[in-house]
Amino acid sequence: MPESSSGSKMKKVVKKHPLAIRWFHWINFPLLGVMIWSGMLIYWANDIYRIGWGDKTILKFFPNSFYKALNIPFRLAEGMRFHFVFMWLFAINGFTYVLYLIFSKEWKYVFPSKRSFKEAWIVVLHDLHLTKKIPVQKKYNAAQKIAYTLVIFMGLGSVLTGLSIYKPVQFGTLTNLLGGYEWARIEHFTLTILFTLFFVIHIVQVILAGWNNFQSMVTGLFILKEKKNNVAPALVTAKEPVMENENRETVSSIEEENTNEEIFTDDKNDEKE
Amino acid sequence: MDDEKEITVSSKKFRFKSIIAFSVFIILIVAGIFAWKWLRHQPEVAGAQKPLRKGLALNEKVFSKTLNDKHLAKTYPLSAAAKNVRLNGFVGLKSKLDSSWKLQVIRSAGDTLFISLDDIKALPKTEITFDFKCIEGWSQISHWGGVKFSDFAEHYKLGLQTQMNYVGLSTPDKNYYVGIDMASMMHPQTILAYEMNDKELPPKHGYPLRLIIPVKYGIKSLKRIGTIYFSNTPPPDYWYERGYDYYSGL
Repeated sequence: MPESSSGSKMKKVVKKHPLAIRWFHWINFPLLGVMIWSGMLIYWANDIYRIGWGDKTILKFFPNSFYKALNIPFRLAEGMRFHFVFMWLFAINGFTYVLYLIFSKEWKYVFPSKRSFKEAWIVVLHDLHLTKKIPVQKKYNAAQKIAYTLVIFMGLGSVLTGLSIYKPVQFGTLTNLLGGYEWARIEHFTLTILFTLFFVIHIVQVILAGWNNFQSMVTGLFILKEKKNNVAPALVTAKEPVMENENRETVSSIEEENTNEEIFTDDKNDEKE
Repeated sequence: MDDEKEITVSSKKFRFKSIIAFSVFIILIVAGIFAWKWLRHQPEVAGAQKPLRKGLALNEKVFSKTLNDKHLAKTYPLSAAAKNVRLNGFVGLKSKLDSSWKLQVIRSAGDTLFISLDDIKALPKTEITFDFKCIEGWSQISHWGGVKFSDFAEHYKLGLQTQMNYVGLSTPDKNYYVGIDMASMMHPQTILAYEMNDKELPPKHGYPLRLIIPVKYGIKSLKRIGTIYFSNTPPPDYWYERGYDYYSGL
């Protein structure tokens, strides 16, 4: 592209999310939604799980008001046909995503290393405003890496536990490995609950991380810095929708800390999950 | 890590790229919503949207390949069987049972066998204790005794009939009926059962004779069999007509 920018504003950006990953992500979002929704229609027909002991129930899965609000009752057949058609799309999208991670070497940003597990604590404490330490962050911080990797295994787990209750005779060995038909159903259900928890935390974190982070999942480009070419700096402050708790000293400390490894932390320490 | 390098772009160019990306994003969201509405409102085949019926047919194609006589439903010791066997569904059982009941096997139009319960009991007996699975999601280990359908077919020389694609079964009052693919029907664990927990079948469990087919959900294990017939096209199926998968294999 020709440089048309004599004296215009410049942006320092980094290509954060490859096009393929953005597609996988946004395709997965509605697919997972359909799987969870249709799964609830199925679960309703035998909704025996709860948290509690003896006669004491702390949380019933699910309360009648919940079913009513979401119009779930008496739709088992509908739930099954949606679940068993969309399962292909969900599994294929997830499978190609993993292949892509491997062959594009993007996995290097996603899979946690040994030190990620230590660093993840700093992320958690930092998020809860319990430490002033700034977590190390490349494309993703340690907690994100762990969460994003875990969610891949959860997806795999959902496919395997799902298959083992979908065809428990044909895949009897798998069903046995998972502890039998009833246990596999519990596992499948638990994974779904974990997916929804992941989703809730993910949404909260995306909101807290702010616009720059969100738009980078659409455009692929993450804005590092606004630069002016000989133009008065009056507009700079308004330009970047900065996160609530951003403070300058954290940024500089990162920059000192080092290297091109941490370019993503430039104006943004806050992205996780 | 090359693609992770910082690059500098003009604000103009960035805005241009943003607009393109968000336009595509929003178009996709709208397209997704329309696709979903389209799918939900497709004409129905037997109570299910046509494209989903096609999807289920594809599933059948794939998973009927995994069905074979060596893939058996897990069996359990007799002691694991429930004493209180769960009941679900009374369609086809509400009318009075004719005391002169005989199993009718339609070999072809105008050629029907009438077989008494005693004749069936005289055939080699097969017992099975397995985890009975309801389409609702519950399961229960239960114990059944009867004659393997494949033994039954052999004894009554139904060789020609069992070359066909499907078996149809219905209650004497025709209110409940199922269709089953031949491979599942001839599976070594599929039995015409006349005993439950070593006793005569209770009426609510399908006296005098019911199907027990462990490679299918319970909806296919028809109680109180009146008629058995054979067909190359899928016979009518009660729950299929109400939006469920025809195959319903496990």
